[in-house]
Amino acid sequence: MWREMDRLQREMNRLIDSVGRGSSRASGFPAVNVWANQEHVLVTAELPGVEPDDLDISVVAESLTLAGRRPLPETEGERQWHRHERWHGQFSRTLQLPYRIDAENVEASFRNGVLSITLPRAEEDRPRRINIQPGQSQPQGRLTDTSQAAEQSSEGEEGESEE
Amino acid sequence: MAEIDVQKQEAQEMEGTERTRTGLVFVPSVDIYESGDDVVLLADMPGIDENAIDIMLEKNILTIRGFAGEGGREGYGLAYSEYDTGDYERTFALSDEVDRNKIEATMKNGVLKLILPRAEEARTRRIEVTAG
Repeated sequence: MWREMDRLQREMNRLIDSVGRGSSRASGFPAVNVWANQEHVLVTAELPGVEPDDLDISVVAESLTLAGRRPLPETEGERQWHRHERWHGQFSRTLQLPYRIDAENVEASFRNGVLSITLPRAEEDRPRRINIQPGQSQPQGRLTDTSQAAEQSSEGEEGESEE
Repeated sequence: MAEIDVQKQEAQEMEGTERTRTGLVFVPSVDIYESGDDVVLLADMPGIDENAIDIMLEKNILTIRGFAGEGGREGYGLAYSEYDTGDYERTFALSDEVDRNKIEATMKNGVLKLILPRAEEARTRRIEVTAG
């Protein structure tokens, strides 16, 4: 589990660095955090002042695109600025994810200006745990099934002979 | 698209004050403009619940604060991070022309909006010069 997390982290850093050019802190808008567990990636982004209807989220294979706009605050008539620090305009940003996404089951929510997108890993891309079958105990009726009996005798010659 | 500088600014500790809460504190970006008879203040405070906002007016010092909840996401580990979460705090000196009793505050999509109406007398009686 932890090894998997490490690997994901390195992978994300590498992928996003290559998209965002240079240090991971000098990224595009919006800034994102990426959370992960075995089966999901959760991408969060701070988008204060963006209306959910103005957000466009799309997923293609392994990439996630966040696009939208943040408008100037509305006002009636003349406006005289005292401070104007809040950014406004259009934005679009594409992130490479570490694996294929089950696009049908992506969920997004927007709460207090924070966007959260849950991206399940595509079923065919999930790691599979291979269970090792415990060794078969001696079948009871092996003498009635000649082919199986023949196989077993060739595999376990020593055991058979001692019996 | 041009590079946009949207890095959050961490608050500097004020001279003579120390924080008693752990965690990071950010200075929210603000727009302040005059429109009609109001001064409007907008502050970006993403992730802050409207019930976790504290607005204080003492004399003419307006302080806005937003308290963040737990930053973690249950069942997930943070794999990559471009922004930190934490509280927000910023202080403004208001002019005497603001009608303190009529300040309105609303929170929407992570943006705090304060409407500071100009006081009645300030609208009419602008400046009085008295000979010393």
